[in-house]
Order: sequence, then structure tokens, then C-alpha cells
Amino acid sequence: MTSVSSPENSDPVKRQMTAPTGLALLWYRFKTSFATPRPYMMVGGIFLWLFVYWLLCEGLRLDRFDKIPGPLAVAKDMFSPTPFQGISIFTGEYYNHIFVSCRRILIAFTLATGIGVPLGLFMGWSKKVRDYTFPILETLRPIPILAWVPLAILMFPGFEGPVIFLATLASLFVTTLNTMLGVQSIDESYFRAAGCLGSSNWDIFKNVVVPGALPYVFTGLQISIGVAWFSLVAAEMVSGDHGLGYLIVDSYMNNVTVPMVIGMITLGFVGWFTSVIVRMVGNWLMQWHVKALALQGR
Amino acid sequence: MNEFMSKTKVNGTAAPHAQINNGAPMGGALSIKHVSKIYDPEGVNVCAVDDCSMEIAAGEVCMIVGPSGCGKTTLLNAIAGFHSITSGEITLDGDLLCGPGKPKAAQGADRMVVFQNGALFPWKTLVENVAYGPIVQRRMSKPEALEKSYQMLAEAGLGDFGDKYPGEVSSGMARRAEIVRALINEPKVLLLDEPYRAMDALTKSIMHESLLETYDRTKVTIFFITHDLEEAIFLGDKVHVVTTRPCSLKKTIDVTIPRPRTYESLSSENFRHLMAEVNEAVHEEAVKAFQAGERELA
Amino acid sequence: MASVAQIDGSTPVVRRRSKLAKFMENPTIWRGLLAIVIFLAVWEVGARFDEWFGKEWTLPFIGLIPPPTAVFNAWLKIIPQAGYWDSWLQSFQRVLTGFGAAMLLGIPFGLALAVNKYFRDVFFPPFEVLRPIPPLAWVPASLIFWPTNEMSIAFVTFLGAFFTIVINVLGGARTIDVRYLRAAQSMGASQWDLFSKIILPGTLPSIFTGAAVGMGITWEVVLAAEMISGGGTQGSGGLGFFIWNSYMGGSLEQVVVGMISIGIAGFLSSSAIRWLGDRLMPWRRLF
Repeated sequence: MTSVSSPENSDPVKRQMTAPTGLALLWYRFKTSFATPRPYMMVGGIFLWLFVYWLLCEGLRLDRFDKIPGPLAVAKDMFSPTPFQGISIFTGEYYNHIFVSCRRILIAFTLATGIGVPLGLFMGWSKKVRDYTFPILETLRPIPILAWVPLAILMFPGFEGPVIFLATLASLFVTTLNTMLGVQSIDESYFRAAGCLGSSNWDIFKNVVVPGALPYVFTGLQISIGVAWFSLVAAEMVSGDHGLGYLIVDSYMNNVTVPMVIGMITLGFVGWFTSVIVRMVGNWLMQWHVKALALQGR
Repeated sequence: MNEFMSKTKVNGTAAPHAQINNGAPMGGALSIKHVSKIYDPEGVNVCAVDDCSMEIAAGEVCMIVGPSGCGKTTLLNAIAGFHSITSGEITLDGDLLCGPGKPKAAQGADRMVVFQNGALFPWKTLVENVAYGPIVQRRMSKPEALEKSYQMLAEAGLGDFGDKYPGEVSSGMARRAEIVRALINEPKVLLLDEPYRAMDALTKSIMHESLLETYDRTKVTIFFITHDLEEAIFLGDKVHVVTTRPCSLKKTIDVTIPRPRTYESLSSENFRHLMAEVNEAVHEEAVKAFQAGERELA
Repeated sequence: MASVAQIDGSTPVVRRRSKLAKFMENPTIWRGLLAIVIFLAVWEVGARFDEWFGKEWTLPFIGLIPPPTAVFNAWLKIIPQAGYWDSWLQSFQRVLTGFGAAMLLGIPFGLALAVNKYFRDVFFPPFEVLRPIPPLAWVPASLIFWPTNEMSIAFVTFLGAFFTIVINVLGGARTIDVRYLRAAQSMGASQWDLFSKIILPGTLPSIFTGAAVGMGITWEVVLAAEMISGGGTQGSGGLGFFIWNSYMGGSLEQVVVGMISIGIAGFLSSSAIRWLGDRLMPWRRLF
């Protein structure tokens, strides 16, 4: 309760009534955190490191560091309508790379979720299904995604096919296994209670298996989208056409280093942003989970 | 507290719930004859229940007392149909639940379980939890079931909390809601597995009064597992003391304290005599169980 | 399954079965074996369809890859060759270098983040800013920065494992139950005792979780780095290069051999971590 006790909620009855919603809680934490020195230290920390970065690459121009574009050079090009090295936030090409990568991630992630979640649910629920599918999954899983590149190029024609296949494969493993673990983590007494109350198998699947596994599913999806980006970048670097991974490796080949760094920054940002979206969707679907956690002060 | 109790009592008699018990005995006579259960984990036979027999009359509150991990829950699970028995038979109102040729009882809404750690679905609000049984059994339409659930929650003093998730209310309220969820199905027997185990003494006494009030209203047969002797005598018509693993009946004690019982009954002379009698029977078993030092069975 | 035969309540006779018999009786085992056999059979038949029924019967996807028997033959041919085992050795060396460096730096860094608030405030934000960048995106920058190919591969490998290990160590150290610390303090533990007797062993499970995940990422990164950098420049070797080279040379059987080899290598590495974890954390073997 500690995290939601503000003056206007001091009346105990009222405090019960205004249980924190996800957004209110976020805003409350945001407000309180600015009363502490933490956010200022964090911002200070980031500027400190930016300064160190600048000092090494542009200030002192140390050996080897001088080959890496410094923060000023990157910022100058990134925010210039006429970038020196071709890529800035004013060029259409920049957005084209982002768009291509995001579209691939969207397709791969949707495919992996669409296949992985149902598969994982059935694997967790039915021992028979698990016995037959789990060994195959476990045999294929240790093979790094990049090792699939040649086969992917062979099996799928064009540029898009192999890249999407690799990203899908990577997130499929994560999603399936986490969903399976999620079903297995459901307390036996929920199944028993549902049985007692006269549920059919379909009722149990709908009302126990799916909602019970949901927290794990979304943990899995968060990891899975990270893995999808990881594989996507790798695939784009090896066999791509357009996309942020391609931008990075293409800039390297053409000896233009600023777009390379811009690509890295953008990747970090877009990757972070997609995982935030996944988390928000998860919290929205799992109000019960969010509220229970909030009352535990987490 | 007193105010609240009297309020629910008035509601209780006025409520249509009373029509469930229109004077005639509802049934719910449970007969356990020579039941044994042997687990076989990892090839090491563990005998959890050995030749246990007891008779429970319809409408009786029967308390099972024994040391932790002695196999009481195994017995309950056999009645509820969560797992099979090795030998013996269990009948409900003369109908065979499990016995020769039918090792495992079918799960059904005539025997409702309230679980040790609580098994309200955390992803459903209290009212959705209560309405779940009638809906999946297709006994009521969804709006009917929800209306009835709100009404029954209000009778139990939870009227304002129907739209909360179990994670948002206190454990006492959650447990009370779980009993309501069981009662809405009009079971013949209520099986309670140490439902108040994790509660402090004060909450426990409130829960006891509330359970007695519910019992007086419905006269449902109650099969209650506990290792709290005071609880056993305060609530029960009969106290069955069972031995440590393997569990079998050691002694049956009739509780002669008249109903309705109140908190004052606890200080009566009779109560102290009964307490001493039960204590004598159970203490020896508790020492044996402690010295065996076995880990509790699930 | 116990039967309800003993209605007189006598204890049934205890049947002792041999471990092997029990193992073979377990349906999970033979179902798993059956599944893998079916998988291989489908692969074999699917891949050989065009051989048996003519080119127009080439199945999509599966028809384009070599069948398992051909892969097996290629493997037999390659096993005696020293070059194949050199690739193993080189990949293992790279994985161990990057992984070792990540453990060596990541564990103290994570613990410091967990223990000291000011350290966390200053170092955690940049760490969080850099973390979402996929490790492979660092490859070109690292190729530019580091003087040799080998060093840049080591650096990217290190990065891949580092982030995972730090996050796990931090999470693990921060979830240690305060009661343990208070109990130790009430028994008169010094600061160093607290660190070495409570925080370190308390974080050990998370360290091993992080290590297991980090090991997986390390193999991914080593392989990718070998494929990207080895493709063009001087022969850098390793299993990733082996796969890329086989692909360029048109030997698909060898590509699959490489995939399986690297799968085995990854599996061996994570088994080693699990084994070590069980050794170092005897109190966890119970669960």
C-alpha cells in the first residue's frame, strides 16, 4: 500500500475505493521520483558519459577513438536537412530503413506469436502434446539462428523471405517455451477448483489455462521481441536489402561512419519502443495482475 | 463486528437462499469405509492413508484433526475426486463415489472444495468467480448468475467488493468469497482444507463466526480439515482425530456444546474438557509425526 | 497405476523394478524418441521427393535442403579432417574469451550496481541506453575501432553476454531477502562478511541463470561475427566460417553438419554451466 498513499487518499475507505490503475500509478511514481535527487543524478550521469564519449573521440582525439564519429559529429549530421554523409532525420531514406525493419519485425512477431502461443498452451496443458513436440524443439533450439542463414536463403526466394524466417524462428522458440512454462506454473488447485465447479475441458482452457499463463506469455513476448530484433539485424547484415541492420553494414562498407552510429542509435530506440508497447498491451490485458502487484508495492 | 453480524443475519433469513433448506434434510451423508491410499513416487511406496473409516451424517460439521502432513488432504482429495484410492470405498448418500472397480471419483458440483491456499481465480473479479460455477454448468444465464452472485456476496458482507480482483482484497475476504463461490452451487458437502491456516487469531475468529452463520443458514454437510484444536471444537459437531502418516481414525469426540455457538462458548467449562480430551489424543500423534521428520505430502 | 484390488485393506506387495525398466516404461521417453524418428523420416522423405518422382515433384522449403542421410555421410567424411576440429577449437576459444571477460567484468559491475546507490545512479542509465542495441549492430563499429579482427570479435562477444549477466546479477542481488542480511548483522557480521557470505551466495542462482542465457547469446554472436567478418577478410576460421564457406562452396550437406556441430557445441557449453551450478549450489539441488 505504501506506494499509493497520498494525502487526498488518507481516508481508509476512500483509499480502498481508488485502487491504482496502471496509468495513475505511473504518474504517481513519476511525481514522487522528482522529489528525490535520483532523476537529476541520472540525467547528470548520462551527460557525464556523453562528455566522456566526446572527450575521447573529439576532444582529445585519442588514437583509434578518432575513427569513431563523436557525439557532435553524429548530432550535427542527424539533425541537418542536408546531411554530410547522407542520412538524417530529414531524409526519406532514414524513415524507409526504419519502416522496412519495423514491417519485418511486425510480420515475424505476429507469425511467431500466432504459432507459438497456441502451441505453447497445448504443450503446457497436455502432457502428450508436450512429449511429442518438446524433444524436437529442444533439438533445434541450441542451433544459433545465424546458422540457419544459408538454409533460409535456399528455402525462401528473394530478400524478405529469409530475413522474416530467421526473425520468426528466433522468437518462436522463446514464445513457445515461455508459454509452456506459464501453463505449467499455474497452481494445480486452480485446475481442481475449475473441475469441482463443473467446467468442461474447453471451459478450463478458456478460464484457467489462458489467463493463468498470460503473465509468463507476456514475459516471453518481451524477450521474444528483443530476440526478433537481434536476429533481424543479423539477417539484414548478412543477406538484407534495406532495413536498419543493412544501413549499418552498408555504411561500414562505404566508409561512412556517421550513418552507422545513427543506425545503432535508432535501433536501440526502436527496439526499446517496441518492447514498451508489448509491456503496455500486457498490462492492459492483465489488470488483475497489475493491481495485485501495485498493492504489494511493486 | 456485532453490528455487521446481525445485519447479515437479517439479510440471510430474508434472502431466497433460505429456500434451499426448506426443513427437510438436504442429503450429504458421507461414508468412508476402509480407505487406503498408497503413493508410488520414484518407486518408494508411501502409504498416506491406511484403512481409514468414518461416517459423516447429513448436515453434520465434521472436523478432521491430525498432525501436519499426515494424509488428511489425501482423504479430502479422494472424496473430491482429485486422485484415486488404493482400496476401500467412499459413498455419498449411498451412491458410490469411488470404490472397487472405480478407483477415482468423478468431480462434481455436489462436493465443493475450499483450498488450503485459496483458489479464487486471480484473473476474475469476486463476482465473476462466484458466477463461474452456474455459468459453466449452464444452470443460469450469465446475467442471472451475476445477479445471484452479487446478492450472495452481499449476504456474506462483501457487497462492496464484488468488482474487485482477489489480489485486491484481504485474505479473509477472499476466503469468504471462496466459500460463497462454493455455496452458490448448492453442494451437498463442503470440503474445507485448512482454509484459515495462514490467518491470525483475530481474523480467524471472525471467519469462524461467519462460517457458523453460513452453516446455520444452509445446513450443508461440512468436512473440515484442520490442526487447530480450538477451531475444531468451536466449529464441529464431531471431531475425528487421525493418526500420523499413514492416516487412520484414532478417536472420535462428540462436541456437546449447543448451537448456536458464540465466542463465549470458548470459555465454558465444557469447552475446556473437550479441549483436554482432543489434545491428549492428538499430542501423541504430533510427537510421532515430528520425530519422523518427513516432508509433507502435497 | 494402483488398482483397487486389495479391498481387505492389506498393503500391496512392493514391486521393485530395475532403473532401466522404469526408464523404458516412461512414456515420455519413447514418445520423444518416436517424435524425433518421425521428424527425421519426414525430413528424409521430403528432401528426397524430387529424386524419386522427378524434378517437378520438388517440395517447397523441405525439398530444397539435403536429406539427413546425406548429411550424415558428409559428416563421416569430415570427422577425420583436422580443419573441422580446428573450427571447433577456434569457436570455443572465442566463446570462452568473450564469455570469460563478460563474467569477469559483469559480476563485479552488477554487484556494485546493486550494493551502491550512487554507483547505480551514475552507471545504470547509460547501461540502459546501450542495452537495447542488438550486439551485432556493434560489429562494424568494433571492426573500425579495434586493430585486429580477433579483438573486434572478442569485443562484440563480450558485449552480448555482458548486458545479460549484469542485469541478472543486479536483479538477483536486489531480491535477496532483507531478513538474511539482518540475521547476519545481528550475529555480528562485518560488511565484508555480509558481502561474501550473504550477497554473493544469494546472487549465485541469478549469476548462473545469467550465465546460461549469456552463453547462448555468446554462441549466436560468435557465429554471426565469424560469418560477417570471415566472409571477406583473411581466413578467420571457426564454425561460423565453416558454415559460410561450405555455403559459398555449394556444399549444403556441410552447412547442415556445421549447424548441428554448433548446436552440439552450444548444448555442451550450457550443460557445463548447469553442472557447475549444481556443484556450487548444493542447497538448490533439492528443488
